Parts: sequence; C-alpha cells; structure tokens
Amino acid sequence: MATQMMRNALAGVSIHGISKSFDSAPILNGISLDIRDGEFLTLLGPSGCGKSTLLRIIAGLEQQDCGTIEVAGVKVDRLRPKQRDVAMVFQSYALYPHMTVSENMALPLKMRRLSAWQRLPVIGALLPKTCAVSAEIKTEVVRTAKALGIDHLLAHKPGQLSGGQRQRVAVGRAMVRHPAVFLMDEPLSNLDAKLRVQMRGEIKELHRRLGVTFIYVTHDQTEAMTMSDRIAVMLNGQLAQVASPRQIYACPADRRVAELIGSPKINLLEATARSEGLLTVAGSALAVDNKLDSGSSVTLGIRPESLQPAEWAGLNTLTGRLRYVEHVGADLFAHVDVPGSSEPLVARLPVELASNFQSDQIVHLQIRREQVLLFSADGRRVSEGDARVTPLRSYAQ
Amino acid sequence: MTLPMKILAGAVRHAILLTTGSLVLAPFVWMVSLSLKPPAELFSSSFTLLPQHWFAVENYARALTEAPLPRYMLNGVIVCAAILLLQIMICAPAAYALAKVRFAGRQVMFGFVLIGLLIPHQVLALPLFILCYGLGIFNTYAALIFPFVVSPFGIFLFRQFFMSIPDDIVHAARLDGLSELSIVWRIMLPMSLPAVLAFSIVSVVSHWNDLFWPLLVVRSQEFMPPSLGIVTFANAEAGNDYGPLMAGATVVVAPLVISFLAAQRWFIEGLTAGSIK
Amino acid sequence: MKAQQASVVDRRSRVETGFAETLAGYTLAGPALVLIFALFILPGAAVLAIATTDWHLGAKTLSFVGAANFTSLFADRVFRAALFNTAVYVLMVVPSTLVLGLSLALLIESGKSLRAFYRAVHFLPFMTSLAAMAIVWEALLHPTIGLVNQVFGLIGLPTANWLRSEATVLPILAIIGTWQSLGLALVLFLAGLKAIPQDLYDAADIDGADGVLDRLRVVTLPSLAPVSLFVLIVVTLRAFAAFDIVQILTRGGPGDASVMLLYALYRESFEYLTTGYGAAIAVIFLVIVIALAMLQTRVVNSRTSRS
Ligand SMILES: Nc1ncnc2c1ncn2[C@@H]1O[C@H](COP(=O)(O)OP(=O)(O)O)[C@@H](O)[C@H]1O
Ligand SMILES: [Mg+2]
Repeated sequence: MATQMMRNALAGVSIHGISKSFDSAPILNGISLDIRDGEFLTLLGPSGCGKSTLLRIIAGLEQQDCGTIEVAGVKVDRLRPKQRDVAMVFQSYALYPHMTVSENMALPLKMRRLSAWQRLPVIGALLPKTCAVSAEIKTEVVRTAKALGIDHLLAHKPGQLSGGQRQRVAVGRAMVRHPAVFLMDEPLSNLDAKLRVQMRGEIKELHRRLGVTFIYVTHDQTEAMTMSDRIAVMLNGQLAQVASPRQIYACPADRRVAELIGSPKINLLEATARSEGLLTVAGSALAVDNKLDSGSSVTLGIRPESLQPAEWAGLNTLTGRLRYVEHVGADLFAHVDVPGSSEPLVARLPVELASNFQSDQIVHLQIRREQVLLFSADGRRVSEGDARVTPLRSYAQ
Repeated sequence: MTLPMKILAGAVRHAILLTTGSLVLAPFVWMVSLSLKPPAELFSSSFTLLPQHWFAVENYARALTEAPLPRYMLNGVIVCAAILLLQIMICAPAAYALAKVRFAGRQVMFGFVLIGLLIPHQVLALPLFILCYGLGIFNTYAALIFPFVVSPFGIFLFRQFFMSIPDDIVHAARLDGLSELSIVWRIMLPMSLPAVLAFSIVSVVSHWNDLFWPLLVVRSQEFMPPSLGIVTFANAEAGNDYGPLMAGATVVVAPLVISFLAAQRWFIEGLTAGSIK
Repeated sequence: MKAQQASVVDRRSRVETGFAETLAGYTLAGPALVLIFALFILPGAAVLAIATTDWHLGAKTLSFVGAANFTSLFADRVFRAALFNTAVYVLMVVPSTLVLGLSLALLIESGKSLRAFYRAVHFLPFMTSLAAMAIVWEALLHPTIGLVNQVFGLIGLPTANWLRSEATVLPILAIIGTWQSLGLALVLFLAGLKAIPQDLYDAADIDGADGVLDRLRVVTLPSLAPVSLFVLIVVTLRAFAAFDIVQILTRGGPGDASVMLLYALYRESFEYLTTGYGAAIAVIFLVIVIALAMLQTRVVNSRTSRS
C-alpha cells in the first residue's frame, strides 16, 4: 500500500554516474540521465551496447559498480527489486509457463498483499482475510485483463497463446500492480512486422492512459522515433545524445548518432575545406556557412532526402554514375557511385522519375536546401548551428 | 528388399526378440509360478507354469504373516519418501544457487558436488557407519536416511535444468516480489518437473533396492527395508520352502514393476540419466 | 570533495549488495554444502586416513602403519583372488552386455512393431531389486528342483550344482550380472540409434551403400562409437560394484572362487573388523572408479568437441 501512496509523488527517475563492468570488461561508462515523471524515454542503441544492463540496474536486478539511481526522488540503490516500485516487461516476456495467465498476473499482487502464511496452499485458505484479499486480487486481474483485451485468455497457459497475446499478458503482469515506472526491454522484437506496428500504437496509448514514466529499450529506430518523448542514444556504454526524436534526426550530436538514425542511412562523404565557406567533395564544390580552416578535412553527412535530381553539374551538385534504383512503393532510392567514395550515395527520389533513370547513366544530384551535416575528424558535429548549404541564386530563381 | 524378404526379416526379428525376451523374463515368470504352487509340486520333475493345486493364498498368507513383510514394505515407503523429500528440499535450493545466484565460492562449491558425484557410496560406508554409531542412530530409520539426504547427482541434475531456464524468468520473479526460496519452490521446480520426476525415480528405485547400506546399519526387523527384509526372510527359511519365499519376492518386486509398466518412458529416461552421472 | 564522498558511499553499498547476493547463495546452498562435506568429503578423507592404520573396528587404539595395509593386501591370497575374480567377472559381463545390448537394440530398431514392448521387457531386470531377484535365481539354479537343471536334464545337457562349483560360479554370476545390466545398455544404444540423422543413411544410399550390412558398416556402427564407449564405461563401473549377488548367492564361495572387491571390502570391514585393511580395499576401489570416470570425462569431452 505504501508503494501505491508514493505514486502521487513525482515519479521521475534520476540516473547518476552509473558504471558497470562484467569481468573487468566495461559495459556502462558513467551514465547520467534525468527522466521526468510521466515521460516516455527510449534507450536506443545497437545490440550489446549495454541497454539491458542499464535497465536491469534501474530495476535492481543488477548491481552497479558506482553511481546512484533515484526513483521519485528517493535513492533506491540499496532496495531490492520488489521494493523499487518499478515493473518490467521482458523481451522474452518471461511468463511463468506452468501458471495460467490469471496466475501469472496475480502473482505480483499475491506476493505483496498476502503474508507468507496466507500464501501456503491449504493452510493459507483457512486464515482470516485470505479469501477477501484473494477475491480483491482476482477482481483487479480481471479488470486489467479487460483493459488489455485478454480477459478471455485468463484460464490459458502461456504456451497456448500467440506472440501478441503473450506480449499483452506480460504488459498486464507489469500493469496490474500500478508501478510508478515501467521498464520495457525490447518488448516488440519477438513479434512479426505487422503486429509490431499495432503494438507500438497500443503501448503508446497505454502510456497516455496511465501517465506514468516509461523507460523503453530498443535497437529499432522506428520504434524509438515514433513512440518517444525523448530518445537517449547509447553507444559503447555511454550516452551519445539525449533529445527529442526530431532533434536527434535533425541535429545529431555526432557521426555515429547520425548513422544510427534514418533509413536508408545517412550518406557520409569525405570533404576538404578549400577556402572560406567552400568545400570540395567527390570532385564537386559545395558552399557552406561554416568557417572552416583551409585544408582541414571533414565528413559531410547528407540524408537521402536532401538530394534531388539536377539537369547539369555545378555548385552544390554531385555527379556520379547510377548503379541501380530501388522501388519501395512511395519512393525511389537511387544508388549512385561518386568519385572518392567506395559506397554508393543513396538518394530518395519521387517515383514519377523512375522512367528517367537507367543503370550506368551519369546523374547529377543537387544538394537541397535541407540540412547538411558536417562532422570533424573525431566524429563530432562541427559548430552548434546548422551547416546550411548556401543556395545558388541563379538556380533558386 | 522384396516383400517376402521383408516378411521373413520381420519374422526372424520377432522370433529372436521373443526368445531373448522370454529368457530375460524367465526369472520373473518362475518366481510368480513358484509362489502359486504347493510344496509337493516344487519337486515334481514335470514343470508347469500353473499349479495343479492352487496354493497361492497359503503361500502369500505365510509370506505376509511369518515374515513381517508388510512392515518391510512400510519401512521401504517411509525411508524412500523421507530420503526423496529431504533430497529435494536440500538439493533444489543448492542447485538454484549454483545455477542462478552469483556468489564468491560458487565454482569451488560446484567442485565439491562433482567430487561427491564421483565417490561411490560403498567406499564411504565405513566412516558413515562410524558416524551413525557416533550419532547414536545405529539401527533406526535415521541411519537409513541420513547418509542420503544430500544427493550430488540431484544437485547436478537440477542445476542442469535450472541453467536452461532463462535469467529473465528469475528476474521477473524477483520483481514480482518472490524471495529466493520461493523462486525455487514456485518457479524453478514446477518448471523442471521432468527433472524432478527423473530424479525421484532414480532415488526411489535405488533406495528401495539397496542392500549394502541397510545390511550394515539395521539389525532389527522393525526397520528393515524390503531388499534386506526379503534376504533375512530367505535366510530364516533355511529349507526348500520356496512357495512363501517366492511370494515374498513377488511382493517386494511388484510395486516398482507396476509403476514401471504405468510410467515406462519416465522410468527409462530417469534411470538412464541416473546412470550417466 | 563531494564526488569523493559519493563514491565512498557507492562502494559501500555495492559491497553490501554483493554481500547480500553472497549471503543468499550460501543460505540456499549452505545445507547442501555442509552435508556434502559431512557425508562425502570428510568420510572420503577418513577412508584414506584409516587405510594407513591398523585399526580394528571398535578398538580404542590404533597406530599408523603407512602403506603396510596395501603391501599386505597384495600379498593376501584372498584379496588377490578378489581382484582376479572381479577382473574375470568384469571381462565376462562387459563384452556380453555390450554385444547383446547392441544387437538387441539394432534388432528392435530394425522394425516398427512392438518396439516399446521389447524395450520394456529387456529393461525390466535393471529396475527390480537384485536382492529379491537373486533369491529367485537361487531357486532357478537349485541343483535338484531348479528350472535350469530340470530343463537341461530334459534336453540332455549336463547339469551341475552351479553355485557350488568353482568352475561355474563366476560364469553364472556373470550371466546374472549381464541379465541385470542388459536393459541399461540396450536403452542407451537405442537412444544412440535415434540420434543418428536420417541424412547419413540417405547419403549412404546415394553412395551405393544400400544393403543392410553396408549401412551398418558405413553409417550405424561408426555413428554409435561414442555411445558405445560411454556404455562401456557405465557398464564397467556397475560390474566393478557387484555385491548383492555375491552376498546372497555365494558369500564368496566355494572357497574363494567368487570373492569380489566389494564383498571383500564388506567382509574385512564389517565381519572380520580389520577396518584399516577394509579401508585400503575401499581406496583401491575408489582408484578404479576414478580412473574410469576420468576416461568417461575424456570420452564426453572428445564427443562434445567433435560435434
Ligand atoms: N551477466 C553478465 N555477465 C557477463 N557479461 C554480461 C552479462 N550481462 C550482459 N553482459 C555483456 O554486456 C554487454 C551488454 O549487454 P546488454 O546490456 O544485454 O546489451 P543490449 O541490451 O544493449 O543488447 C554484452 O556484451 C553482454 O555480453
Ligand atoms: Mg538487450
């Protein structure tokens, strides 16, 4: 009951300087992050970067080497998992296969509301209040199940359920005890594509309805972009950037973040600063706002949608040989070999242009008035402001 | 292979297997057959499976009254049940700790389990005998039970099973508020029922059938388990009065044979796993 | 300064929770650990210690005699007989169990009908009380009214007092031992046969090895090699531990013709009360078992490294 009272307090999560090594291999490296009450925060990063480890540390299932965790302003480092008022949905769902759905969902409530004696098989039922509390638990389980549309499955065992149904039961088990914080570790990665899209919406809706803090782990950028209030990008055990999905996409803090977000991947080209505001890239000249030292080399990041076909070569236009085009329904992806880059440049083009392109022909791609990103040699983005490509007046008119 | 060849091969297969099968079963058949016959028929050189005069009631009655056969059976049940219960209560938490809890000294402890697994019980008989004497439990149920309350094989088998249960399940249980011990009882053991069943069969079969240890520590019939009991009965029946003796042997063997026929697959898997330790 | 304080606190809390996990580990495993120590490790050490003394069971005094027990053991006619008899017994039981077990497994697996029935029939002796069945065997082998002599007399084969004759006693015990272990070997071989992938047979078919014997030679037997080594060791271990049949049927007799290791151990320790001597036998038995177990580990390791 005490934990439920705490719900009224602001249940944000503060992570402070968390580090963790396994067998002297550092996995987490001084992670600090403040998650606001009611926020949907996504931890995004490639597999093996330590996302699950961080989540388990927040839950108290793993012990950090150093650093502290606060939930609702209370230090929880010394609290056992069950005392932390957090619930977790696991990638594998971790449902107990020998219990029915209703037993699975009732277990966290039973463990909290019934004493050890009351939980005993036969003796427990004879003790006072056991029946009343059990009935109360039952009602709550049914109510939660109804809310998730799984009330008809309560008598089934997990083995008899489909992937999507299991997923809902796992959410139900977490939901039933009204935790202050939901932790979700890649909860959708075991579902097929269609169901994943549907569950994405349902989880987002659940977050809106419950209004509690969600910490959601995924390596899927689409999930991160569509669901989150903020995304924390994790790379090699560190937070590379914490920002809203829009910001992460438009202003990635460094080259790795830019590469992680966006599909197809951002095009990266090596460029050399020639003089004030002018770059040479792939044999073409490019005008930028940034003041770069002459002769310094930078990496130019161009999103596929920042390229558009041009009639002729010129300033801010890249020229190359078309390898092939890919149709993906609404768009056309042109893969173009440009000088000085082993990987082809990918441009997202309108489908109507499909008939204009044949393999091996020379194409000109103009860098549009969208953001172009500049990264210095150490991978960080150059300058705080956007590195805009200066529009060619003649072409713009 | 042509069809006649196939039929011939099948016939040969059945002929051989029926022959070896009846040879293997011959002692059982002979046991039951003798247990039905009156003494006079035992000596007749014309052997028949079924008696001319049924003497089953007399033989079984004598077996059950002259020797305390029901007592032996009850002892067997008490001893086997106590051993199995204690073994599971002691081995399952240990196996869980070895499989899922990270603590200093875990490897060393598993090493001790492996050493225990390696040592045959007969080698330890002497010090255990002295131990039982020292504890004053010589010639009691406790002497029959105590040396077996921990089974390295049980720990090993349960650990194997528990390790195959995903960590996430344990984590979920911890978050759900289960204590470590309730994780063992409520989650790990129910999820490892095949292992529990296999281990139970190994344990019960080996202690029901054990002769070596009871022979050392039990002197009075009051505490004798079935195997020792039937041997004592045989020694007391010095003559050739095979009828009641075979009736006794049948009674001792019957419970396991019946269970075996009822749960063949489990017996075979369990005992095979048990001998592969 | 503040950061330093924080890290001190953190380290303390980490030690505490690490301690909590260690505590949980030892609470859960503690009873088993203590009991394994009390019932396996310490008695094992005690056997080694007693084997170097001249202790008689129940005696108040004992003295250290070093390896004297072992030297006199190997000079002892009875112990040498026990060692020899056990070796002969093992050499009879193990090959016959393996050959019969493998042949029967192949035979059972070669057809579809009555598989479970045949498996059950042959497995039955493995799980019944050998003590009770030994009494039945005694009746079967009874010189006058036993089934064996009756049948042999009927069909004109020589009859004998099987368990009282030096020439026949060990072979008879070996037959009983084989009868008991056969089911185990059979079941292990059946499992091995099941594990052979059908692909191998298909490949052999395509390569032209499609006769029964060819398939056996090219696919089945080579695939069974690891299982066979395994069965070999399990059955050998069981054969070395033969006790019940000696105790019930022969008590080592006639003469010392059927004294075996465990029976000698039992007699020296608990009947003659020459405990130090008995412990020395236990040590030798342990050495044999450990040698076999090490062989088994190597077999298992080589098998897992191969697959
Ligand atoms: N209990 C553990 N023992 C040793 N290494 C571990 C353990 N848990 C995780 N790791 C290692 O830590 C790294 C990060 O794992 P994880 O947090 O699961 O990554 P993610 O969830 O981002 O894919 C991996 O390389 C993994 O091998
Ligand atoms: Mg993960």
